[in-house]
Amino acid sequence: MPADLKDDREGQGGTAILAREPPTALPHPAPGTWRHRHILDLDDFSPEEIELVMETTSTMKEVLARQIARVPTLRGTTVVTLFYESSTRTRSSFELAGKVLGADVINIAAAASSVQKGESLVDTVLTLQAIGAAILVMRHPRSGAPYLASRHTRASVINAGDGWHAHPTQALLDLFTICSHLGDVRGRKVVIIGDITHSRVARSNLWGLSTMGAQIVICGPPTLLPVGLEGPTGDEEGSKLALPPVEIETNVDRAIADADVVMTLRLQLERMQSGLIPSIREYCNLYQVTKERLAKAKPGALVLHPGPVNEGVEISLDVAHGAQSVIEEQVANGVAVRMALLYLLSRGRA
Amino acid sequence: MNGGKAKLLIRGGRILDPGAGVDKVGDILIQEGRIAALQPGVKENGAKVIDAKGLIVCPGLVDIHCHLRDPGFEYKETIKTGTLAAARGGFTTVCCMPNTQPPTDSRATVEYIQRTASLTAAVRVLPIGCVSKGRQGKELAELGDLADAGVVAFSDDGSPVADAALMRKALEYCRALALPISDHCEEPSLAHDGVMHEGWVAARLGLRGQPAAAEESLVARDIALAELTGSPVHIAHVSTRGSVELIRQAKARGAPVTAEVTPHHLTLTHESVMSSSSLPDELAYDTDAKVYPPLRTADDVAACVEGLRDGTIDAIATDHAPHAPVDKLCEFDDAPGGISGFETALGLALTLVHGGKLELATVIEKMTAGPVAAFGLDKRDGLAGLGSLAAGAPADVMIFDPNREWTVTPERFASKGRNTPLAGRVLKGQVVATVSAGRVAWSVERTEVR
Repeated sequence: MPADLKDDREGQGGTAILAREPPTALPHPAPGTWRHRHILDLDDFSPEEIELVMETTSTMKEVLARQIARVPTLRGTTVVTLFYESSTRTRSSFELAGKVLGADVINIAAAASSVQKGESLVDTVLTLQAIGAAILVMRHPRSGAPYLASRHTRASVINAGDGWHAHPTQALLDLFTICSHLGDVRGRKVVIIGDITHSRVARSNLWGLSTMGAQIVICGPPTLLPVGLEGPTGDEEGSKLALPPVEIETNVDRAIADADVVMTLRLQLERMQSGLIPSIREYCNLYQVTKERLAKAKPGALVLHPGPVNEGVEISLDVAHGAQSVIEEQVANGVAVRMALLYLLSRGRA
Repeated sequence: MNGGKAKLLIRGGRILDPGAGVDKVGDILIQEGRIAALQPGVKENGAKVIDAKGLIVCPGLVDIHCHLRDPGFEYKETIKTGTLAAARGGFTTVCCMPNTQPPTDSRATVEYIQRTASLTAAVRVLPIGCVSKGRQGKELAELGDLADAGVVAFSDDGSPVADAALMRKALEYCRALALPISDHCEEPSLAHDGVMHEGWVAARLGLRGQPAAAEESLVARDIALAELTGSPVHIAHVSTRGSVELIRQAKARGAPVTAEVTPHHLTLTHESVMSSSSLPDELAYDTDAKVYPPLRTADDVAACVEGLRDGTIDAIATDHAPHAPVDKLCEFDDAPGGISGFETALGLALTLVHGGKLELATVIEKMTAGPVAAFGLDKRDGLAGLGSLAAGAPADVMIFDPNREWTVTPERFASKGRNTPLAGRVLKGQVVATVSAGRVAWSVERTEVR
């Protein structure tokens, strides 16, 4: 770490520190590498852009490792987290990321939707713009809501999860976590197991992983795999907008065989009530990632989970806390990835 | 909308009346709100003259499925604005669905619509009555009283008649009334609050889809009930290959089934939800492409076109469903379904003619004689000859230029509903003048009326 990047010292005012904090400690993307005003999903990220995020995340990890992790990079920038769904890890990691970078962070927990004739999303976004929000971190239960928001604000919008659609910052932190162990994902077999239909994490990971060259296998009971996952057919074949191609395997033992990475997803327990699975018991029997099943993967294969974990449901206790699990690392990397994204977006805005 | 007493002469156009097998250049004389003569060289004798040289003159279009939103949702549309939009689209008769507020399940509401239409409408309005009280799908509405008040069909459109036993009773009861039931086929438990077609686009966007089978299972049920009761069922807005096939087989057996398809289900696919011409570089989540039944696949579109061509589908109906901009400016899941369709219907349908998929005569027939026959509208008092240009028929005429190109500009719609996924699209084929009951209900400025 550069020796001159000293941090907050007791008795010193913020301004003095700011003057001595050279932002040059952070990577400068080559001109043209970064062209995003918003981060809505990874479907429009090039491999170079993802590499840049990975590289910037590494630098942010160094900043976080400092005794006093605080830099003034985003001083004077207002970041608003607008969460229409409850969240612990994502919201708090964005908040911390903003604070470490010196931003003013405002957290808004919004309930209700325009359906209930409260304030509409567009009105809310305009209001936040009026109070000076430069970056809007948004979680919403409706797929596509951040796209609507991004069309009505000058602020940068970061999608922190929209409905079943996308969760790009989670996919980036997953990718960072994988790459920090395996170097890269090119040609690696990544199996994603669980409730794919309702998973924004799975969808964003499809884009991120496929862009970086991974071989992706999707696994779950057919009732939890989205109809149309196999992509367009007939006259519609070849649409550029289709999801990236994946292998679909409903048998978990076959799916997991020789995998480099095993990614499990949270099973929402209400899926049983809606008739998508007969029982949690049967789901566990057929799809739980257990020690025995994990043994079929490559030796040392990584085990990921976006959290929160239903221990003993989608993943067994010993695997979740076992030597191959990187679940806690994912959470820690989440802060660094979000710092990187806030930084890259604010640089783009400057 | 009193029949114009003045005489009107439409001179020199190509007269196309597919229902009557007419396709020739000639003149049409209109007198006292009726077609008086149809031949070349009619004398003016003081009549107003419309020069239709180089244009096509056909019967005014008939729409058996639209939403005028009045009473109850006047901020979306009124009978006045809706019928003006209809006139601009070439329609001279529109049948309005009963999902108003209050629902059109009583004589009083039917009479309100008729009275308001007689005072403000640009074209003929024929109300459709509810099947069930309050459109609740529980008990039959007073179908006999509604029929007596003048409704031309029954429907709970917007919702299906989900209860099979209720549908059976409604059909049986209708035998005494000789009116069809138009059903919005969408099995609720399969549709499961889906907001678009279930397929790869929904999977991609993370939106809940409704499968083609949600429609097809109810189409199959309705056909079975039509055959059981011998009473006519009309399948509203057919949208899937499977539905077309079921109706084709039913008709071959002689079942009393008719069907309609919308211009958008004949031309647009579920990809419209994802990509819009105004937002080429991002996912659109275009609420203006949200409609029930949802836009389907290219294969379904092809099947619907084929169904029109081979006679399986009787009519093109707009399902004109206007919404206010504020209704659609929201998250995709929360937006109401519907497309404002009157003013783009002909242009959109003609893309099939220009694309070599349908004959011009077929398209016009499916928008005139076809829908009239499906609902038996020409059997009604004063409507003999409706949908044709036969002498004595109501003087409802559309004059259009099949090759004139225009850009869809929702801000200039007569309808209050600007909700169309076609904004900015160039359509080929434009209405030049609409004559309703002998009066010019609408004409583009360039048309000479002396």
